[in-house]
Amino acid sequence: MNRRKWIQALLCVAVLIVLLFIFILMDLAWAGNRILSLGEVWAALTGNGTWGTDQIVNVQNLPRIAIGVFVGAGLAVTGGVMQAVFRNPLADPYILGLSSGASLGSAVAILFGVSFIPLSISQPVLAFVFCLLTMFLVYTVSRMGGGNVRTETLVLAGVAVSALISAIVSFITYIAPSDEMQDIVFWSMGNLGGTNWTEVAVVAVIVVIGVAIMLTQSRKLNAMMLGDAHAMDLGVDVAKVRLMLLIVSSLVVAASVAFVGTIGFIGLVIPHIFRLILGPDNRLILPISTLGGATFIIICDYIAHLVAEFHGVLPIGVVTSLIGAPFFVYLLVSRRKEVGW
Amino acid sequence: MVTSPLEIDSLSYSYDEKEVLDEISFSLRPGEILGILGPNGCGKTTLLKNLNRNLRPHGGCVLLDGEDIGRMDKRDIARRVASVPQTNEIRFAFTVREIVEMGRMPFQEAFRGNSSEDERIVEEAMEQAGVTDMADRYINTMSGGERQRTIIARALAQTPEILLMDEPTLHLDINMQFEVLDLVRRLSAENGLTVVIVSHDLPMVARYCDRMVLIHDHRVFAMGTPEEVLTPENMRTVFNIDARFETDERGNPTVRLFGAYHG
Repeated sequence: MNRRKWIQALLCVAVLIVLLFIFILMDLAWAGNRILSLGEVWAALTGNGTWGTDQIVNVQNLPRIAIGVFVGAGLAVTGGVMQAVFRNPLADPYILGLSSGASLGSAVAILFGVSFIPLSISQPVLAFVFCLLTMFLVYTVSRMGGGNVRTETLVLAGVAVSALISAIVSFITYIAPSDEMQDIVFWSMGNLGGTNWTEVAVVAVIVVIGVAIMLTQSRKLNAMMLGDAHAMDLGVDVAKVRLMLLIVSSLVVAASVAFVGTIGFIGLVIPHIFRLILGPDNRLILPISTLGGATFIIICDYIAHLVAEFHGVLPIGVVTSLIGAPFFVYLLVSRRKEVGW
Repeated sequence: MVTSPLEIDSLSYSYDEKEVLDEISFSLRPGEILGILGPNGCGKTTLLKNLNRNLRPHGGCVLLDGEDIGRMDKRDIARRVASVPQTNEIRFAFTVREIVEMGRMPFQEAFRGNSSEDERIVEEAMEQAGVTDMADRYINTMSGGERQRTIIARALAQTPEILLMDEPTLHLDINMQFEVLDLVRRLSAENGLTVVIVSHDLPMVARYCDRMVLIHDHRVFAMGTPEEVLTPENMRTVFNIDARFETDERGNPTVRLFGAYHG
């Protein structure tokens, strides 16, 4: 790693921190019918606000932003890790069916929820369980026929299983009574609002631990990006590292999906942006992606609220996809070489 | 008696019940270049992958300085055995230097950067493999030969005792084939590096290897110097060709290929 890259990386970090700070403030100031002043936001944050500003800033906006920061960071790093593990620039938490698995778990919880367990517990737990089940299903399918698990078969198995699970989710949505159907649809578009601090804490703990584990594997991931044989030649126990990272990824994705629904394109777009600027070294890309993912999701959340006067607050997943998909097409068309396909 | 740097003891391997290697045994001498030769699909590459435990044998074992690699840590193996796999496309835009630096991975802790010692070894490895001038170029924009030399530099950065090469001349221009193998011979002579080359390129192996192992029907068919192994009869049996081992007018051993052998 040379000096120029370090300087570029530090610049990225500085820009991201400034952007994140500005958009968190603007997002905190959103009060529906008006925008709070900086002074009002500060007063509310420090406990000197009116009952009204306290409700808006601390009860309504702050938990939403907090969960957004952790979800954005978690999804972005998970995406970067998946691309390295599968040596596939198109890989992200969706390609292995992780998100669909978690969706199925949540849909099942919403539809068949048992009365004595509150949805706020059964939904995340079922999302975890189905996410892990999906991962093991994908892993088992790609192992059939014996031999080692090859990344190509894993990706294909992921696509197949994920299509199957999406169909089941659609089916559940279709047969659901209209109330539950609305819940499932709304949630499946991604929604940061309505979170409480318990949920924030659960997501924060899982994301922080998960991301920390992933970051320790950065150097091994670099070697795995050259190919499994290269990584093994360099002393990496590829099968073990891959399995561990898949489990950690499932946990992070399940936590995100369970509480805020499916939010697309963060894992795909964010690591690529920084690869274009800084090259593929995961020791830079992964840590910076945490900041990038958090910043991106907060900007999207701000936009989702900005247009609220026309048709209510947009589901965040709609905004991330509206921004992410065109950018993805741009990568596909004009920056093929730099991102690696 | 000196222990062999690498000893293969009745190693067997099979894919899905199908036997690929059947009780292969041979041992390396320190500092030699050993060729593993055989027709396509005879299990040469599988054999090579067993030598640094990228695959685990289903029978027998591989001894590194007398120690069973089946019981060793993968990182410890990588400190002593480096490998140049068949050069495939690398999609991500790593620079040559970044790839060569990966050769120091088996020696480094997770979050430590390169020490000045690491940097010196990386520079030296790039110098030896002749890639210093392209240190900052991107690997995904390079030709097969340049990529090959980059991977060789990375293997050298592992400061190995043993170097494994899988079809090192495949996909290379003819002049590059000679340059790569000249480099390997120089490294072997200067650094005492023991080299295993898997190939089906008879003239090249005859020219550059000190000894060779001929694989046929999943077993060791013959072993010895190129002259001993590459008899017309052996080449007829194993490769179905009409060929002869010779020394050319400049004194280099080679194999003259006359054509396919018909009954």
